[in-house]
Amino acid sequence: MDKPVILITGTSKGIGKALVAHYVALGHHVIGCSRNAVEWKIEGAQGNYQHYIADVTDEVAVKAMFSDIRKQYGRLDHLINNAGIASMNHSMLTPLTTVHQVLGTNVVGTFLFCRESAKLMQKKRYGRIINFATVATPLKLEGEAIYAASKAAVITLTQIMAKEFGEYGITVNAIGPTPVQTDLIKSVPKDKIDSLLNRQAIKRFGQFHDISNVIDFFLKKESDFVTGQVIFLGGI
Amino acid sequence: MEQKIIGIILHEVSELNEQLDHKVAIENGENAGLYGLTGVLDSLGLVTLIVAVEQAIEDELGLAISLADERAMSQKNSPFRTIGTLADYIVKVSQEEA
Repeated sequence: MDKPVILITGTSKGIGKALVAHYVALGHHVIGCSRNAVEWKIEGAQGNYQHYIADVTDEVAVKAMFSDIRKQYGRLDHLINNAGIASMNHSMLTPLTTVHQVLGTNVVGTFLFCRESAKLMQKKRYGRIINFATVATPLKLEGEAIYAASKAAVITLTQIMAKEFGEYGITVNAIGPTPVQTDLIKSVPKDKIDSLLNRQAIKRFGQFHDISNVIDFFLKKESDFVTGQVIFLGGI
Repeated sequence: MEQKIIGIILHEVSELNEQLDHKVAIENGENAGLYGLTGVLDSLGLVTLIVAVEQAIEDELGLAISLADERAMSQKNSPFRTIGTLADYIVKVSQEEA
């Protein structure tokens, strides 16, 4: 296979940015997107990284981006649906605008990118889609009702799309990270994080390499019989 | 425009036929059955064809259209019955979106 073409959402910071550096280093052609232009520079990324400014919930912008990818590359091998937003608050104190934002980015955005990617991947009868779940869903964490519910929806999307896309040679899997020290959790009180880490078999923060290790496994050509699965980190 | 669209559909159907055991009878032209009572495509075949036709319409006519919306799915007479009904439906959708 030529240099794999990989699309990663939410690449302006955190895990998305680290994934760009990881796959550029592995020699993939990396396409990223986020609501804003990226402010970072990754060594070796020049010529191997292309950035689109798009909100993952904006169907017109997303379809235009996929149309452009199709015209430029004629295919897409991998999608990593990393873009996501969290909300840590008691349900009684969660504004509906927050509910719409979380569901929009985490559920609608994931659905839209899966749908458009599958349209591109099906032509080559090959594709790997990786979605992002969270340990907050199986742990049923208080204060994360809408975030955990949105990721429960992502798990269901993953499992059903795995069945729908299987005929086309496309696998769909999800990774459920533990807390990783990124902006996503910066507003969560320390005692909450400690209590969460204590519920894991291995009581530490997740590291970027824990995440990339699982994604690398899902992306392998040899993983063509692995689909509809969710791997939670940390042992929960 | 309709003749151009029919040509695009015929081309995409003939590519799809290469993967099918039961092939669409493209020699029947516009009357060739696609999906439903007189068609030979199963739901996966129809999905593949719709995606291919949408992409080809965009490439050749510069029109970004969605063929499988609620309206198409809920019509009493499905627009996916034959090559001709699909072409009529594409013309209609294109004119509405222009």
